[in-house]
Amino acid sequence: MYRETQIIEDRSTVSPTGVDLEGADLVINVGPQHPATHGVLHLVIALNGETIKKVEPHLGYIHRSIEKMCESLSYRQFIYVTSRMDYLSSHINNHGCALCVEKGLQLEVPARAQVIRVLMDELTRLASHQLWWGAMAMDVGALTPFFLAFREREMINDIMEETCGARLTMNYMVPGGVMVDIHPDFQRRVKEFITHFKNKIDEYDELVTGNVIFQNRTKNVGYISKEDAISYGMSGPSARGSGVQCDIRKLYPYEVYDKVKFDEIIETDGDSFARYMVRMKEMRQSLSIVEQLIDNIPEGDFQAKTKAVLKLPKGEFYSRVETARGDFGVYIISEGGTTPYRIKFRSPGFSNLSALDHMARGGKIGDLVAIMGTLDLVIPDIDR
Amino acid sequence: MGWSLENISHFIDSWLYNEFDPTIARLIEFLIIAVCVIGLFAVLGLVLILMERKVSAWMQVRLGPNRVGPGGMFQTVADTLKLIVKEGMTPLNVDKFLFNLAPFIVMIVSMVVLAPLMFAKNFQIWDINIGILFITAVSSVSVIGILMAGWASNNKYSLLGAMRSGAQIVSYELSAGLSVLCIVVLTGSLRISDIINSQANGWWLFKGHIPVIIAFVIFIIAVTAETNRAPFDLAEAESELTAGFHTEYSGMKFALFFLAEYVNVFIVCAIGATIFLGGWMPLHIGNWNGFNHAMDYIPSFLWFFGKTFLLIFVIMWFRWTFPRLRIDQLLNLEWKYLLPISMFNLLLVTVIAILKWHF
Repeated sequence: MYRETQIIEDRSTVSPTGVDLEGADLVINVGPQHPATHGVLHLVIALNGETIKKVEPHLGYIHRSIEKMCESLSYRQFIYVTSRMDYLSSHINNHGCALCVEKGLQLEVPARAQVIRVLMDELTRLASHQLWWGAMAMDVGALTPFFLAFREREMINDIMEETCGARLTMNYMVPGGVMVDIHPDFQRRVKEFITHFKNKIDEYDELVTGNVIFQNRTKNVGYISKEDAISYGMSGPSARGSGVQCDIRKLYPYEVYDKVKFDEIIETDGDSFARYMVRMKEMRQSLSIVEQLIDNIPEGDFQAKTKAVLKLPKGEFYSRVETARGDFGVYIISEGGTTPYRIKFRSPGFSNLSALDHMARGGKIGDLVAIMGTLDLVIPDIDR
Repeated sequence: MGWSLENISHFIDSWLYNEFDPTIARLIEFLIIAVCVIGLFAVLGLVLILMERKVSAWMQVRLGPNRVGPGGMFQTVADTLKLIVKEGMTPLNVDKFLFNLAPFIVMIVSMVVLAPLMFAKNFQIWDINIGILFITAVSSVSVIGILMAGWASNNKYSLLGAMRSGAQIVSYELSAGLSVLCIVVLTGSLRISDIINSQANGWWLFKGHIPVIIAFVIFIIAVTAETNRAPFDLAEAESELTAGFHTEYSGMKFALFFLAEYVNVFIVCAIGATIFLGGWMPLHIGNWNGFNHAMDYIPSFLWFFGKTFLLIFVIMWFRWTFPRLRIDQLLNLEWKYLLPISMFNLLLVTVIAILKWHF
């Protein structure tokens, strides 16, 4: 750790961490407590007037050593910790972990559970994108969309609350299926939500997408080419905005994703507006997936029969799912015991954040905020 | 003799000059005016902040303040009380003199600008013959206060905010000034009372053809920028610079900035209402004598404040709808679009005024 004042007093062009500041006039700390960073991300930006010369993310402010914690938890328990990583897509995180454990146990998940899982994943993706839309608009200075987004997100949260008993950290997916069956009202309320949200998403477009100021703020800002996006390891909507085909739901379909019809949204402009449009269109796709599945939940068990204590055979297991932010990977090394020997999570936000410096260089401070908005960073996901 | 503000002020004036020596009478008048201005300042702050919160709540599907007093009416009073009793903190390593001076400069400027405004029929503090020039000149001084606050705070966010604000206010003053000049050209006078009297048979917005409408639109855009309000609130862009130039201020000193911001909004809207919408002049439509007569019964101060608050509502509407511009886009908008347009527009208006094409 170093303090910014040291750099200024030294007047050197290289910071104590070895970062070349390139003779910047002004070094400012954005965060850890700053309204732009949506949490506790700490960025050290070197500025020349208003122009950004360098962005250096500093991680560790909310590091909770989740991976290490998981090593001392059983295969049922460790899934719950992952809800605290990317809290906006906790269902999908849990899903990825459950898939990995199931792979190790070679467990067949009942058809009903598979459909419920996909439904929950897509509702989560919708809720996450709604929140992102509000926060994105707030980053570029429009405050009203945030409240409109929360109005719709509240409906999803209520649906979740009925079935899972939680609104944020769901802990609903367990190895072998889902924890409890869906609430009797689930289908009716989801259908209500679909009809409600179909009108509202057009309102979203009218309010923000078509706005001239918004387009000026995002078009040709934060450009990243397809090659750079791949080399930074970007994934999810952020990479698809640069034309990278990386939707895990299409490339390595899990559960029932190979049976539903949906498009992988790809924009090729690579700027902030392209990333914005990917997410806006993805919301419509998620809506259509939910529409296709909501009336076709097969009857049957919601959970496969499993032993009380799960033991994974000796070996290495990897599974990946598409969260609202991108490719989420779970890598388990098992020694054959009841707890994993080592767990590694590949979180999408971390790789996406690494491209921030590349995108923001040469832009203005306002651009940095708009770029961070379109990367859709969730800090606990980056800083595990 | 009715109970209009004009009569009351005349009555007090003649009574004072009858009773006292002229010098003392004048001093007492100064005192009364000072108390009135401070009172107006406080009331405007309370009303406008409540209005902002209610308007934003209405646009954001919320209720807004609704606990303190009926409909949350005393929420701003409670907030102000809280700010008054709060410790007036001066952080270490700031330039103490400038840091403490800055909020007063900003506030005094907005108080002084109230002087030439005509609040009701012939009810005005100072009918100075260069009224419009006085307003534009004095209101530019507030940027010094903002720069001072940003510089003295010894905070990088404050400095960036103040620099943005300086660049912004200095640029947008040109457009605002040029669009005001359009009306001055049509009227042939800088005096506020002359400008209002020239609109007795119709407001300039209606009788000045398209160039005046263009000037009005440019004026609204420019004054939104001049008062540092969204979509031009770069000086205090909270997602970029936390709170901009007043990041380090707290307590009453912060309240003064906050109050001055809202009173500035009132002032620019009052100027807009005065020069484009006829100030206290009632709405008259051609030969509809009955309608015109009915409109005359509405007191003139209601007309003035009604028009002003209409414009304030529009500016609040902007704030809760639009995203914020980037600093370079902001300056491009002014220097590449608004300024050339308003210069050309001024020429058009001059032609209209010379050829007497206006109604």
